[in-house]
This record gives sequence, C-alpha cells and structure tokens, in this order.
Amino acid sequence: MEYAVIFLPLVGSILGFFGKSLFKYFSEITTSLFVSISAVFSIILFWNGVQSNAYGNFKIFEWISSGNFVANWSINIDPLSSVMLVVVTFVSALVHIYSIGYMSHDPHKPRFMSYLSLFTFSMLVLVVSDNFLQLFFGWEGVGLCSYLLIGFWYKKESANNAAIKAFIVNRIGDFGLAIGIFLIFFYFGTINFQEVFDLAPQFIEKKFVFLSFETTLITLICLFLFIGAMGKSAQFLLHTWLPDAMEGPTPVSALIHAATMVTAGVFLVVRCSPLFEYSQTALNLVTVVGMITAIFAASVALVQNDIKKIVAYSTCSQLGYMFFAAGVGAYHVAMFHLFTHAFFKALLFLGSGSVIHAFKDEQDIRNMGGVRKKLPYTYVFMLIGTLALTGFPFLSGFYSKDAIIEFAYLRNSSLGNYAAAIGIFTAFLTSIYSWRLFFKTFHGPYNNLKVPINETHESPFLMLGPLLFLAVGAIFSGYFFKTTFIGHHSNDFWQSSIFFLNEIKHDPIPFWFLILTPVLVVISIPISYYYFISNKKILEEFKNTNSPLYNFLLNKWYIDELYELLFVSPAKKIGSFLWKKGDIGFIDRFGPDGISKLIKKLSDKAGIFQTGFIYDYAFVMLIGLSILLTYLILN
Amino acid sequence: MNFPILSTLIFLPLISSFFIFLSREKKNNISAIYISLFSSLATFILSLFVWYSMDNASADFQFLEEQAWINDFIKFKLGVDGISILFIVLTTLITPICIISCINSVKDRVKEFLIAILILETFMIGVFCSLDLVVFYLFFEAGLIPMFLIIGVWGGPRRVYSAFKFFLFTLLGSVLMLVAIIAIYWITGTTDVIQIYEIKIPKEYQNLLWLAFFSSFAVKMPMWPVHTWLPDAHVEAPTAGSVILAAILLKMAGYGFLRFSLPMFPLASEYFTPLIFALSIIAIIYTSLVALMQEDMKKLIAYSSVAHMGYVTLGIFTFTKQGIEGSIFQMISHGLISAALFLCVGVVYDRLHSRMISTYGGLVSYLPKYSFLFIVFALAGLGLPGTSGFLGEFLVLTGSFQKNYLVAMLATFGVVLGAAYMLWLTKRVIFGETKNDQIKKLKDVNRSEMIMLGLLALLVILFGFYPVPLMETFSVSVDNLINNYEIDLKTGGLN
Repeated sequence: MEYAVIFLPLVGSILGFFGKSLFKYFSEITTSLFVSISAVFSIILFWNGVQSNAYGNFKIFEWISSGNFVANWSINIDPLSSVMLVVVTFVSALVHIYSIGYMSHDPHKPRFMSYLSLFTFSMLVLVVSDNFLQLFFGWEGVGLCSYLLIGFWYKKESANNAAIKAFIVNRIGDFGLAIGIFLIFFYFGTINFQEVFDLAPQFIEKKFVFLSFETTLITLICLFLFIGAMGKSAQFLLHTWLPDAMEGPTPVSALIHAATMVTAGVFLVVRCSPLFEYSQTALNLVTVVGMITAIFAASVALVQNDIKKIVAYSTCSQLGYMFFAAGVGAYHVAMFHLFTHAFFKALLFLGSGSVIHAFKDEQDIRNMGGVRKKLPYTYVFMLIGTLALTGFPFLSGFYSKDAIIEFAYLRNSSLGNYAAAIGIFTAFLTSIYSWRLFFKTFHGPYNNLKVPINETHESPFLMLGPLLFLAVGAIFSGYFFKTTFIGHHSNDFWQSSIFFLNEIKHDPIPFWFLILTPVLVVISIPISYYYFISNKKILEEFKNTNSPLYNFLLNKWYIDELYELLFVSPAKKIGSFLWKKGDIGFIDRFGPDGISKLIKKLSDKAGIFQTGFIYDYAFVMLIGLSILLTYLILN
Repeated sequence: MNFPILSTLIFLPLISSFFIFLSREKKNNISAIYISLFSSLATFILSLFVWYSMDNASADFQFLEEQAWINDFIKFKLGVDGISILFIVLTTLITPICIISCINSVKDRVKEFLIAILILETFMIGVFCSLDLVVFYLFFEAGLIPMFLIIGVWGGPRRVYSAFKFFLFTLLGSVLMLVAIIAIYWITGTTDVIQIYEIKIPKEYQNLLWLAFFSSFAVKMPMWPVHTWLPDAHVEAPTAGSVILAAILLKMAGYGFLRFSLPMFPLASEYFTPLIFALSIIAIIYTSLVALMQEDMKKLIAYSSVAHMGYVTLGIFTFTKQGIEGSIFQMISHGLISAALFLCVGVVYDRLHSRMISTYGGLVSYLPKYSFLFIVFALAGLGLPGTSGFLGEFLVLTGSFQKNYLVAMLATFGVVLGAAYMLWLTKRVIFGETKNDQIKKLKDVNRSEMIMLGLLALLVILFGFYPVPLMETFSVSVDNLINNYEIDLKTGGLN
C-alpha cells in the first residue's frame, strides 16, 4: 500500500500524458482516479499509524553509492510523513477533480492533468524520503512541476517569465540546501536522516570558521538548510516568485502555491528538528524571518487588487506563522497550522477560481462586487474559508493560529514575546485584508463593465464538490485533530519524528491574552465592512494623503525592483562584457588572432628581403663575406 | 584471452571505411550509409561485450595486448580498466548516432564524410585503449586531422577561420606534450604507462612534465582561458561534428588527467591543485555568464559545455572518491546530454538553416515531440535530479566541499546560473508566441531523429535514477587510483 500511495500518481501522470488520444477524458479520469485512490490509501496509512503504530521504512532500490555517500530510493512512513501524505494526496485529489471543470475549455487539459499528477508524485517522494538526497530530488522535482505549471499557458510572456523566476529563485534556495547537505556529509559522513540525527549530539561543541566568522557547525548547517526552506516556502527576501506564480492556472495555485509545495520548507525545518534544537542562533533566525514575512506579506496584501495575489500574500504570511512557530520550538504546532492551512487556503484559492470563472477570467477585485446572490454556493464556501483563515472562533484556523501565538508566549523569552505580539497584530491585519477581499468581491454594487451581471453564473458541480470537502476540512479539522497534534499527549502521536530538547510547558495563560486575538478578529469584521463597503471615502482620503506609504505597499516594498537593479541586469551586463571584451576582445585578440597577425606581419617583413633580383643577393653575399673576412683577419 | 579484441575494436571502423571508399554509387550513397551504420553498430556491440565480460572487482588493466613496434621499449600496448571502458562505450554509442544524423543533415560528399567519421572513431577508441605514451600521443593528435577536415570541408561560412583556430590552439599544447613524452622516455627508459606507474618519476621533474601535459589537456578540455576555440568550432561544424566534438573529444582531456597526470605526477598534481581550482571556478562562473547572453544556440550550448567541463576538472583534482567518480559520471552524462542538445539544434537547423535563437520561438505549438525532447535535455543540462546531469555535478560538489568549501560554494552557485541560461534558452526557443511564419510549416521530428533523441533521452533518465551500472564499473579503479595517489604523496614519490 505504501508503494501504491507513492507510485499511483506517477503511473497516472505517465498514462495521462501519453494516452490522451485513447478516448475523450481518458487523462482526466485516470489521473484523478489514481490520485484519489492514493488519497484513500494515505488516509488509511495515517489511521493505522495513529491506531496501531504501523510505521516503517521500505527500501525500493539503491540510488547511488560512492564511497560512504550512499542514498537509497526509499519510502519512510512515520507520523510526520503520514500527516504530509494525507495533506498532499487529499488536496491533490480534490484539485484534480476541480480542474476537470475549471480547465474544461482548455485544449491542453491532458497535459495539465499529467503535470498535476507528476507534481503530486514529486511531493510524495519528498515527504517520504529517509535521506537528504532523495529529499533534494523531490525538492527540485516539485520546483520543476511548479515551473511547468506556472508556465502552462506558454504563449503568455508574463507566465513564462514568472515560471523562470520561480525556478531560479528556488534554485537560489536549493543552493543553500545543497551546501547544507555537503556540510552534513563532510562532517557526519552520511546523509541518512536517522544516522545524522543520531550523530548530532556529538557535534554540539564543534566549531566552524566560516568566512572568518566563528560559529558552531550545527548552526551553520541549519542556516544553510533554512535558506533552502526560505526559497521553497517563499520567506522574506526569497518570496518574490510566489505572487508572480499566480500567472499559472488557479488550481495550480491552490495545490502547489498554497497547500503543499510551499509548505515543504516548514516540513524540512520540522524534519530536521533534531539539528535545529541544538542551535539557538538558527532557531532565532527562523523566528525572526518568520515574523518579518508574516507582517510584511500581510501589509502588502492590504492594498493589492488582484484576488489571487491577495491570497498568495496571505499564504506567504501564514507560512511566516508556521516558521516562527517552529522557531520558538513548537514544531508540532507548526505542523498543525500547516495541516489546517492546507484546507482553508486551498478552499480560498479554489473559491477564488470559481469567482474568476464566473467573471470570465477577471481577477481584479475592483471590478467585482454584488454577486452574493448569483453565486450562493461559492459565497458560502468563501465565507467559510475567510472565517477559518482569520481564526474566527471554533473554525480550524482559530485552533492552530491561536496555538502558535500562545506557544510563542509560553516560550517565555523576549523573542517569543515579540513573536507573540507580531502574531497578534498580523492576525488583525489578516482579518482586515481577508474581509476586504470578501466584501469587495461579493458585497456592494456590481462593478464589472465587461460582463453583465446576468452572465455571471455559478460553477458546475464538478468544481463545487471539491469545495464542499475542503469546507468541511476548514471547519472541523482544527477541532478534531487538536488533541492529537498539539494536546498534552501529542508526543504519543509524533513519537521520535519531532525532537524537543526542552519542551514548552503548558503553563496557564492569562485570560485576557487568550481572548485578545479572537476579539480582534471578530471586531475587524464590522470595521472592514464599514471602511470597504459603507464608507469608502475615508480610505480614499487616507490613500491620497499618505501616497508614499500606499505606493510602498502597493509595489511590494519595491523588492522586485531592487533585485532587478542589483542582480538581474548586472548579471546580463557582466555576461555581455565577459563575452565581448573578455573572450573576443582579450583572449582572442592576444591569442590566436594576435599570433596569426603577428606571423603575417613578420612574414611580410621577411618578404621584403626576397626581391628576386640576382644582384641584390650577390650584394648581400659580398657584404657578408667581407664581414667574415674582416673578423678572421682581426683575430 | 588471446583474441586481440581491443585491436579489433579499434580497427573495425578503419577497415569498414576502406570498404566505403571502394563502394561506387552515384545516387544517394545508401550503401555507404548502410556499411558505416552496420560497422559502427558492430563496434558498439563488441564494446558492450568487452564491458560485460570485464571484471569490475579488479583495478588491473584487462584485455592486455602487446606488440613489438618501434623498438624494444616503445610497444603497441593496449588495455582497458573500469574508467576507460565507459569512454569506449560512449564513443561507440555516439558514432552510430552521428551516422544516423548524417542522413538528414549532410547533403554533399556523404561518402567522404562517413569515412572521416569512422576514421575519427578509430582514433578515439585508440586514445582510450592505449597504454603506451607514444601510441596515446599518436591517436590523440591524429584525431585532430579528421575533425579539422569535418569542420573545414562540411562546415559553415566561417569554417576556415574556425578550423584554423581549432588547430592553432590544440597544436600549441600537443607540441609541449610530445616534448614531455620524450623527456619521460629519457628519464625512465620506457613509454609503457604501467611501467612508469611503478618506476615513479622523480620529484624534480614532475612539475615541468605536469605542465607540459596540462597545456595539452587544458586546451582540449577546454579550460578557461584557452576555451575560445570551442564556440567557434561548434558553430561552424556540421551537426555530427559538433556532436562528436562535445561528446567525445572533450572527454579525452579529462581522461588524460585521470590516466596520466594524476598517477604519473602525483606530487605535481597536488602542487597545482589551487591553479586547477581557480581555473575551474572561473570557467564555471565566467562561461555561465557568457552563455546567458548568447544569441546563437550552438554557441550557448558550447559555452555551457565549458562550464560543465569546469566541474569535471574541479572534481578530478579533489582526489576524493566522490569528486573523481562525480567527474567521470559527469563526463559520460555530458557526453549524452550535449550530444543530444547539438542534435536538437541540428534538427531545426536542417529545416530552417538558422542557429539564431531569435529565429525560433513558440515551437511547442507546431513541433510538440521535438519540444518535449528539447525540454528534457535542457533540464538534464541544468542538472535536474532524476537526470544524469544532476548526479555528476552533485558528487563533484560533495567531493570538492571536502577540500575547500569556498570553491565548492562558488561552483554550486554556477548551478543557479546554469538554470538561468538553460531556461531562458528554452523559453525563447520553445515557448512564447510563434512569430515566424515558417515555423508553422515545419514538420515534427521524423523517425530517424526520434530514434536518436529518444534513445539518448531514455539513457539520460535511466542513469539519473539508476546510475549503479556505471558506478560499479569504475568504483574499484577509482579506489585504486586514489590509494596509489595517497601512497605516493606519503612516500614523496620515491620508490
């Protein structure tokens, strides 16, 4: 069954790609069916794990062995990977089914379905890996699928550029991950997770001088691994690809850029908790980066107008939450938020897709509004998604997000308190931008000039069905799993897959602190309604009087422009310079071309002597003879 | 085994080229193509047999052959070990592929072209088999002549300049290597490689001799700054010429480092390691940046080859198991990938007669199969895990990290640049709107093109997931190489 979970999506992908001409809907049916079976199996696996500890490691075959650099293709099922399996296959199966409806008019649908399945396979390979190399395979494999899917509409220039940007920014992250792996192999002599983690305590004292900075080896390893995680999970400074990635079809955004691939970074940090726990520096960095990303992305999301970009920044921000949870040592809470987030964020994305579909590919929320009666189901699902995301009491986001803030507070360090404060403030911002999105899309007057309101229509059942499943998950996943994931006895569930050096104690928390976030979240609803629907003038005023701030946020803190200025155009300029001046202007000029010119010149000069007249030669001979004679006589 | 199987391997193509020479057919040279294809396939099968019947557990040279030749000391000596056999198989695999590619791309003097290719194959196999310095030198340099002709006769408009540049660069190095070989003969009294391994060259001579060999190998590799002949040679060479050049000729230098420089001059190799590291890093970063800006597809791939060869030299001179195995793997894998990429360029060049990136764009709408294959090879070229391109690079970097982490980090950064130029190339050629109307009339890959590219794609992916057959072949030989090297370092090169 373990093999089936992993390989069914691959088989589906290959069949779907090459068998598309067998009959109509062949690819759609095979890929969706195979991934759905895989989802059912992984839920069974998860259940068996919870009930009877049925975990294990299955070696498929040896991949590479060079000296003691050995890596196997293997399937490692433990609590951590079984949670990821459920998230990945469940969301993936729903997205597959949704895509049949969403992409129904696209001629390249078989290719799309095949890519989705291939992505699922890569992601599964990533999570079930028992060594760093297979993890790296999955890591780049999901990057590839993300590249292919973002650039799916290959005729669009912007989609192609976004795809390349995603791949290259991810490669910068992968650069860090690779260096981390090299360091691990160099010192530990193995890249197998279990062996590395067993050896880790022996290396606590080991120092490493890196570019004249002295630090501990484990800190350095963790920093490089974290660079990898930052790239994949779109953390601050390496986040620029994620909003651009929204050029891809919406189901892709839901699956890859919300529920699964972008959480791989969080997964990596949690997986490597036995290393991170030994490095307070690295953990602090994880916390700080997580905090900055959470608040940065939320601030940008406040002013964006593209429905998908808002949700994308929101994803970025939620990933920030997961990181600072991991950074304060609450890995299980990070995983819990990852789990609940997968449901409500996929729901929001697919819901947005349904809205975009209804408006015939309109994505600007300024051109929407007033369609809650036309799209009743979508409206309800989006409402559930928004409530869950903002952490409205008793929905899934409430349990996981508040737990993050509480655990940051319980950490009882100054950084933990900062993180808790930022977490509360970001929760408030989250609430504001989410309701802004919601109200502008569904409430107020109808603002679209291109599509008359009568032509907007509810999506077909094939699209609404998956939304229903996700909505159920968004409502109940928090309540049902909170004891398993983060309760007092959560260690019984996670076992050795998460390592705590000094566990956070469940101290009593002041009552005011407990209700602070929910209260902020609830009161932000009327506030948003007032500012975004009832009385828009105040905000317009504010926008005009504070245009530098507004533009700063609207242009995403100008980070893209900064990168263009610092890296992209210099790289091109240097490349051109080295080619024109280095290769042609210097090496060739003084190398082969220079030599050939020199030889030509010399031979031209030499040619002057060969006049061809006998008296010239006789004259030279005479002179030579007389010099020779003079020399002999003088001696 | 008494049957001279290696000599048969070497001279089979030469003999069949003689039959092609004799064949008289005016029309479309069908018989010439069949003879050459048949003989090269026979050579391929024979080489597979040698590979199969080799003993992987032994680091010794196998299938030894020895013939008295010039005098008692210079003998015609052949033999293979776990390292060289893979290069031989690569050669015999690429040659039939080149012959198939001629069907579409070479239009005049087909017979002569095939003869040139087969003679070249003889020389290339000879390089990888020879265990005598003089024999090696002869094969190594003789290979220049058919290549020179292939570029000079069947090349593009600037073929004379390119052929001349190619010749000038390579000649410079080879003259010095000849001097060094004479010096070795003078010092040790033999040119037999196995004997020289045992005699060991005194310390004081090693540096100079190493430099002489280096000057030849560096040009062939090619290493920065003597790489500028390669892009020009590739651009002007016909498709089959480019394929052989990239897939095999470039590997001779890497093989030369492993077979000669490292075991014969271990102290000098250690001494010059910083030089090699510096040049490799420059090659990786510099040429990757240059590749980014190329407007000609063949030039771009040529520059990417220089960068990839940078990883090879880096790996060899780490003297670690991972580094050297990674280098060998990288050479084999690059042999497949670069061959495939040049064939891909050849496919569209045959149809539109342009190598410029700007001519193309949006091919995927009209040539879906071609685009699929192109993307596979581009991804392999940028080292995506799951293709053979990844493992070689990753092993080299793992190995180099153990020697010098800064070098390894810089080299790893080259991987980011590699992704940039490959993906940008793919975007401009394969994706986007189709602006050129001629593209709309193009036909997708035909059967012979599909066979060549499909086969290479299968191998690239197979070795990405299951490299064990290759790794097992050279593992013991590499261990032996490293062991001897470390012993030599400890004893200071004295016997």
